[in-house]
Amino acid sequence: MADNAKQTSADDFTPIAGADRAKLDDEKIATPSLTFLQDSWRRLRKNKAAMIALGLLIILFILAFGSHFFETHNPNATNPNFANLPPKIPGIDINGLNGTLDQSGERVNAYAQAHAGNNWYLLGTDYLGRDLFSRILYGTRISLEIALIASFFDLAFGVVYGITSGWIGGRVDTLMQRIIEIMLSIPNLVVMVLLILVLKPGMTAIILSIAITSWINMARLVRAQTLELKNQEFILAARTLGESSWKIAFKHLLPNLSSVIIINLMFTIPTAIFFEAFLSYIGIGISAPQASLGTLINDGQKNFQFLPYQMWYPAIVLSVLMIAFNILGDGLRDALDPKSRE
Amino acid sequence: MAKYLGKRIFYIILTLFIVSTITFFLMKLMPGTPLTNQAKLTPTQIHQIYKQYGLDKPVWQQYLVYLGGIIHGNFGTSFQFSNQPVSYLISSRLGPSLIIGGQGMVLGVLAGLVVGAVGAIKANTWVDTSATIISILFISIPSFVLAVLLQYYLGLKLRLFPIADWGGFMYTVLPTLALAASPLAETARFMRTEMVDVLSSDYIELAKAKGLNKVGIIYHHALRNSLIPVVTIIGPLAVNIMTGSMVVENIFSIPGIGEQFVKSILTNDYPTIMGLTIVYSAMLCVVLLITDIVYGLIDPRIRINK
Amino acid sequence: MENEKDVLEVRNLKINFNTYAGTVQAIRDVSFDLRKGETLAIVGESGSGKTVTTRSIMGLNSPNAVIDSGTIMFKGQDLLKKSRKQMDQIRGRDIAEIFQDPMTSLDPTMKIGKQIAEPLIIHKGMKREKAYAQALEMMKLVGIENAEQRINNYPHQFSGGMRQRIVIAIALVNYPEILIADEPTTALDVTIQAQILDLMKELQAKTNTSIIFITHDLGVVAGMADRVAVMYAGKIVEYGTVDEIFYNPKHPYTWGLLNSMPTMDTGGTELPSIPGTPPDLLDPPVGDAFAARNKYALKIDTEKQPPFFKVSDTHYAATWLLDKRAPKVTPPEPIIERQKHYAELVHQEIDKSKGNHVEEQEEQL
Repeated sequence: MADNAKQTSADDFTPIAGADRAKLDDEKIATPSLTFLQDSWRRLRKNKAAMIALGLLIILFILAFGSHFFETHNPNATNPNFANLPPKIPGIDINGLNGTLDQSGERVNAYAQAHAGNNWYLLGTDYLGRDLFSRILYGTRISLEIALIASFFDLAFGVVYGITSGWIGGRVDTLMQRIIEIMLSIPNLVVMVLLILVLKPGMTAIILSIAITSWINMARLVRAQTLELKNQEFILAARTLGESSWKIAFKHLLPNLSSVIIINLMFTIPTAIFFEAFLSYIGIGISAPQASLGTLINDGQKNFQFLPYQMWYPAIVLSVLMIAFNILGDGLRDALDPKSRE
Repeated sequence: MAKYLGKRIFYIILTLFIVSTITFFLMKLMPGTPLTNQAKLTPTQIHQIYKQYGLDKPVWQQYLVYLGGIIHGNFGTSFQFSNQPVSYLISSRLGPSLIIGGQGMVLGVLAGLVVGAVGAIKANTWVDTSATIISILFISIPSFVLAVLLQYYLGLKLRLFPIADWGGFMYTVLPTLALAASPLAETARFMRTEMVDVLSSDYIELAKAKGLNKVGIIYHHALRNSLIPVVTIIGPLAVNIMTGSMVVENIFSIPGIGEQFVKSILTNDYPTIMGLTIVYSAMLCVVLLITDIVYGLIDPRIRINK
Repeated sequence: MENEKDVLEVRNLKINFNTYAGTVQAIRDVSFDLRKGETLAIVGESGSGKTVTTRSIMGLNSPNAVIDSGTIMFKGQDLLKKSRKQMDQIRGRDIAEIFQDPMTSLDPTMKIGKQIAEPLIIHKGMKREKAYAQALEMMKLVGIENAEQRINNYPHQFSGGMRQRIVIAIALVNYPEILIADEPTTALDVTIQAQILDLMKELQAKTNTSIIFITHDLGVVAGMADRVAVMYAGKIVEYGTVDEIFYNPKHPYTWGLLNSMPTMDTGGTELPSIPGTPPDLLDPPVGDAFAARNKYALKIDTEKQPPFFKVSDTHYAATWLLDKRAPKVTPPEPIIERQKHYAELVHQEIDKSKGNHVEEQEEQL
């Protein structure tokens, strides 16, 4: 392993100087640096399931909020003559999509029986002859609206509560934590039900009751993270430099809380959607004639044995919505959680 | 320990006091009286009924009477079933709810632990992916949808279990399955995260350096360390089960408190709603207290002595 | 270099890591020996590959590590060819390891007695009582007072220094041939550091264990090691006895390391540091990896990797500056001081016995 220098010219053994030196110096820092968000986005993009979920959600959003343009029928218009018609797409002859029904072992053309002529309903109609597809789109829109509102409260109230409690600390923190503990020892649903009863069932009552219960988890997580960050060097440094307490909280704390906030937000949303559907399902949520995925499932369930499509479709849409948010949430957690970065 | 327990029980009583106070005044704000559900009555009859329920007294007196009653386990009389004390209504229905709720919890948590642990041990393989898919599905599909599907396919079509009603173990199977889904998924997720964390910790590295094989590492070091924190999610899981039981009991016609709660909501039976609210909160407080104590007992780092 | 007394011979080890960004060449041709009863220090900054080297000796590299080539001979057998099961039997019995952070290396939910007894139960099939009795002996040996009572304590009931003693007890309970100590004192207070180092030396004398001591702190090396290998960017750049490395360093990187180490006579002057950062091992430079940070870099450094040049029988350095055709460079002032000191040391040696380092030495000066 000793001296094995091969033929090399004497010139090679001159010290590097001038331009060569500068070029060499340039190589010192080699890896391009990615910002935290760029890096997270790169990781999220590699997660196929999360990207599919994101795509699905975008499609559902467009369909639900653009539903005026997609609605083939008025979601609330009843038409008793065309009640309980199964799904039909003209030109497609597959059982379940061709407008036929299984009646005591026989396939009958329900559309012909109802003299529906050239009318067709993509996902069929309900017991009042309302177009199921339009009603599902309408219900999805309500679910998504609830989701957005719940996230807003999570951010506006939960985050502020958490930062305040953790940042101020001391007695204020103890008091704020006691309040949270008390709220946590009442099941969420019970709180919601009580509020809805006081406010009279309806969209406002649902939104308020979900808003009032949804922020607690966010507040707890944000507080815990704030407590952890509070004693870290960069915060201490900012303090030493004499920055005001609130400026530190918003300039230094908030960016470092962003991943906790985003991740938790992604789990608040499906919970809110679930509670809206749940309350509507048991009959104290969105009331008739308005459609919600919960009421649609409840209506459909009554006829499930004979007209399974009436429950399947809203149930599938609700489940897909929840699955997509959960998968996206998982993906975001993996992408944003610094612990899993290797 | 005794001091800690005393403190905790004091907080539970305080919480329940606040809960009963809030529910009482909320209920006073509500529209509707016990008469809403009855046919036309003469003013004398109305007056009599008001007197029977103590509604003729000022609100603060009603409140004191109510609080006094709660201390003695008396939640008043149901509006819906006249002459039925709420406490009897609840206590006679608590059994079925506790049975299916308890079974659902045990089944869900145990199965969730297995699914989560297997997912973590086989992290980033197809086994892990399937475990994740199971938990995402069970978290996402609402209990009422799952319950209807179970009832239809396992009950009606395959005739494996009775589709509804109450009367013996077979009747509890489908509701238990419907209730177990959510705790299963939550436990599996939590367990997987914990165990992946534990498996990448320094002490597992040291265990490997000792020459422990994979089975030994998991059995002696990884399992215990990841199981301990699972205790902390039992409280939230109990809430899930309570929520789920309201619809599941309804779908399977189980005479439990969940079914009663929904019924009371729909009939404006305020005394029953108030009573059940307090019972739900009390159950949750007890579950939280027990899990905290258990956590302190099984985690050597935590000693309850404050 | 083949030697009867060698317990471990690492030859031409090359290890790559497959990452999302590409293949990282973490270890690029590393060879070294470990002799019976000696302490070999491997010194280098973070990312230089010292930990990866020892992980591969233990067979504990992460799944995305690929061993490109090389052998690790232990008792005449190549550890790299062993199955996982065979490695399980060697780990903790013949080769043991202690880690950097004693606060996290012990299982928080297991009594320490059991943790110390575990290797005995696994490898020697001992019964519980016997293993515990031996664990107790070991606890006393590593200086834990009240061992009889403390055997039933949990890790959180011990201080950092005590925990590291427990980790050492776990590692040595089977009297392994080789102990790998991966920065065992970095996480400890300075006073505790000294105690742990003393303890390791004391135990080494008793057990005749060979130690591979990984550190980035040259200060620790001086009192601990017999020989030193300096690693940079996945390669060993210089190795020799501890005196040779400290007083007659040849590689500019070693100079930099020594200069950035505070000494008694550093005084009020600022400690010089090595400018720049280590190269990206995703795409290592063609020539000498240190060239970019090397004030003395030659043109050939950017074209060709330097081979090892022999300084003495025990001392080799991989830098083109040792080539006959290279210009004579003057090392930084403190290094010259060190070399002068070394020259005196060597002359004293020569008075007593014969040595042949002198010629080489004078030529360099």
